Amino acid sequence: MSLNLRMVVHLLGWVLCIESLFLCFPLVASVIFWEPVIWVYVVVALGCLVVGFALTRCKPKRTDFYAPEGFVTVALSWILLGMTGSIPFVLTGEIPFYIDALFETVSGFTTTGATILTDVETLSKASLLWRSTTHWVGGMGVLVFVLAIIPLVGGHSIYLLRAESPGPSVSKFGPHMKDTAITLYKIYMAMTLIQMVLLLLGRVSLFDALNIAMSTAGTGGFGLYNTSIAGYSVYVQVVVAIFMLLFGVNFNLYYALLCRRAKDVFKSEELRVYLALAAFATITIAINIVRQVGSVSEALNQAFFQVTSIMSTTGFSTADFNLWPDYSRTLLVILTIIGACAGSTAGGMKISRVILLVKHVRRELRFLNHPRSVEVIHFEGKRVQHEVSRSVNAFLIVYLMIFVCSMVLLSADHFDFVTNFTATATTLGNVGPGLNVVGPLGNFSGFQPFSKLVLIFDMLAGRLELFPMLLLFTPSTWRNR
Amino acid sequence: MKIIIVGCGKIGSTLAGELSHSGHDLTIVDLNADRLSQLTNSLDIYGVQGSAASYQTLLEAGVRDADLLVSTVDADEINLLCCLIARQAGTPHVIARVRTPLYVDDIRFYREQMGLSMAISPELVTAQEISRLIRFPSAIKVEAFNKGRVELVELKIPERSGLNGKSVSNADKLQKSGVLVCMVRRGQEVMIPDGRFVLQSGDRIAVIVPPGKSRELLRLMGVEEEPIKSVILAGGGKISYYLGRILLREGIDVKIIERKPERATELSELLPGATIILGDCTDKELLTEEGVEDIQGFVSLTDLDEENVMLSLYVGTRSKAKLITKINHVSFDEVIDNLPIGSVVYPKEVVAGMIAQYVRTMQNSMGSSVETLHRLGGGAEALEFYVRANSPLIGKPLQDLQLKQNLLVCSIIRQGKNFVPRGKDALQAGDSVIIVTTQTGLNDLSDILK
Repeated sequence: MSLNLRMVVHLLGWVLCIESLFLCFPLVASVIFWEPVIWVYVVVALGCLVVGFALTRCKPKRTDFYAPEGFVTVALSWILLGMTGSIPFVLTGEIPFYIDALFETVSGFTTTGATILTDVETLSKASLLWRSTTHWVGGMGVLVFVLAIIPLVGGHSIYLLRAESPGPSVSKFGPHMKDTAITLYKIYMAMTLIQMVLLLLGRVSLFDALNIAMSTAGTGGFGLYNTSIAGYSVYVQVVVAIFMLLFGVNFNLYYALLCRRAKDVFKSEELRVYLALAAFATITIAINIVRQVGSVSEALNQAFFQVTSIMSTTGFSTADFNLWPDYSRTLLVILTIIGACAGSTAGGMKISRVILLVKHVRRELRFLNHPRSVEVIHFEGKRVQHEVSRSVNAFLIVYLMIFVCSMVLLSADHFDFVTNFTATATTLGNVGPGLNVVGPLGNFSGFQPFSKLVLIFDMLAGRLELFPMLLLFTPSTWRNR
Repeated sequence: MKIIIVGCGKIGSTLAGELSHSGHDLTIVDLNADRLSQLTNSLDIYGVQGSAASYQTLLEAGVRDADLLVSTVDADEINLLCCLIARQAGTPHVIARVRTPLYVDDIRFYREQMGLSMAISPELVTAQEISRLIRFPSAIKVEAFNKGRVELVELKIPERSGLNGKSVSNADKLQKSGVLVCMVRRGQEVMIPDGRFVLQSGDRIAVIVPPGKSRELLRLMGVEEEPIKSVILAGGGKISYYLGRILLREGIDVKIIERKPERATELSELLPGATIILGDCTDKELLTEEGVEDIQGFVSLTDLDEENVMLSLYVGTRSKAKLITKINHVSFDEVIDNLPIGSVVYPKEVVAGMIAQYVRTMQNSMGSSVETLHRLGGGAEALEFYVRANSPLIGKPLQDLQLKQNLLVCSIIRQGKNFVPRGKDALQAGDSVIIVTTQTGLNDLSDILK
């Protein structure tokens, strides 16, 4: 039997329909602010709806849906989202080149927040809102949204969740896939709304509050101004920093809180390490930059914001950390690579994978001393299954391979090593800013189109946890099984 | 309904498949993570890894607010313990699989004193199912409705039958005796026939008959039926023991062929009325010696599915005995249905069917009105509904109702008497109706409308 392509196409149709639904956000904004770009969003939204609806009419003949279909659907969905979502930017003339628009949109959906725009403030309100909307949708995942609204065949839909959600082992909350997807989006929406209200209390305009909240929720990082969040009050900066930290936490823990299982939350190893790492980085960076910044409180504020922004892979900034001392810069790059908790909207390698890798190394060391020792690795109070260990190790290897290949391809461009290294790390980790040319106040516009394509691949691979994108290019996925 | 299934072995996974397709909230508990993830990958259910007898695991699975827990792990003791914990934690209905004959006899105590809703011994229910087939040898399946007032009999139209080539409405012999053909299986296809449907030899049909009339019906169809007086059971496992016990009580001669000397001795102690033969039942000579050629019933009950199939095939060539084959694992029913091995009994499906029926009855008390449900294979179901006084269908002639496709109102039972409904008949409050359909998941009588 070959891949169930009709099913894949059917689901892609749904993805396009959802995209047209979300295109209504900028559409409404352009109506309110009465901007000339209104026709662009009307045309694109309608186009997506018509094509999407036509594709959903492609009724699957067979209902079999296994892991390959899951991976292929997810990978193709995200490529499709990027390709169609970039059309408005080209049509409005705000980003004339398609590759640039594609980079910007993929950066949006993958919640990277890396931009090729040299002056964000010239964009129309509608396009600004569309950028933030892509973050919000991309954060929790489009197919999770699809799962929440359509009645999907059978139980195999777990393969979709697994392919799109971050983390070494993905699980449902309850018996039904659909309920899990709905619960995830409910938590997500509630948290976004709370953040918006808090921002409004800090005298931020409604438009800004909506954009910042959506961008934070997806841990994206597209700002409305060239200076990102630096122009807002300290209160706003602290609110954003705290919410960035919160959106980097595994959503299963919020679900546990909802079920009044607070004990699980306190017991979570990953959360503890995440918070400890954030505290450690904040304090040491604050000490490191205090002389440069001037006051202790300002140093702590800037360090806390930058650390949470980088760890949660959001990429907002309130200071140009490119100018900070080397210790701080180095630590931030390392945090870029690590990322936040599994099952959150953040990117990176994920804290849980790092913990598992460290535990493996520790076991290996003990094994060298006691060659006959037997040791079972535990994580979150449960025994780690062999498959999970294997996939974590494979993840690391694939991560390094993609990293190295990207670096080599980027080096053909005309930038220095630090720029290339951090550009790769930041796109693969879905963070946004890197160092030097791609620093917090810089942008990616100087790269050649080919380099941009490489970085687009990195962003998609990073968001989908490497494997779906690779499987798309693996012949055996397409061959008869 | 929230249902917890403990153990994902044969019965657990069959049951999970069945119940999740009818839309229940399923949680499955098993110690083995591999087996668990295999099942949770293919079905929309929630998996909890842990020991069945651990309170913590069961709490995680949600025993506090579950409606039903079914424990199907290998060890009876764990099943009973698991049910006990669940009962104490607040699950109102608990079902345990209990297979050791010693405990099976104690089931009444567990039911009354420990609050067990149902104890299922797969071997006992399989034996009961087989005994029903032996009592009614030409049937492939016999199911009872309305406390036995009506029976649904599934049988094969024999060669040289008067029904061959006749349409359902033209088979006047059937018409006269008040028998309705409500389902036809031809090869893999399952059809709900209308009046123009032409029957063929080899079709498997399901008919609804009042219990007394079944013999008469068979005669009309050209099947000579003699009651079975002697059977050979190949293999001396637990099913053979239970089956032997039931058959001996009915005065049927039972011969059991068992390979292991210890078990053979044990059996002869347990079943003094039966003839126990020590030997290999795949030994052709032994079979001939024990009179396989004139035997009236032959039941293959060894542990190996392949051996059972081969045995039945062989005996089928040597005698005219009614063949019954037990199959544990093999899931190639497309192939098995076409083999001349008589009636096939799948213990896991018998058990899963019983539990699914229990679930239906539970739903019944929660608002649905399904009284009985039997699965006919190939996705068809026969359901019995009770017509409540507030049903919207009351008083309307059946011919005016917009019924769903592939759905047939086969029988109405009014004041203890059943009749095949005509287009002009209308339902009354207090009636029971039997519906045969390939549309699964009907919960209420009004669901039969489009």
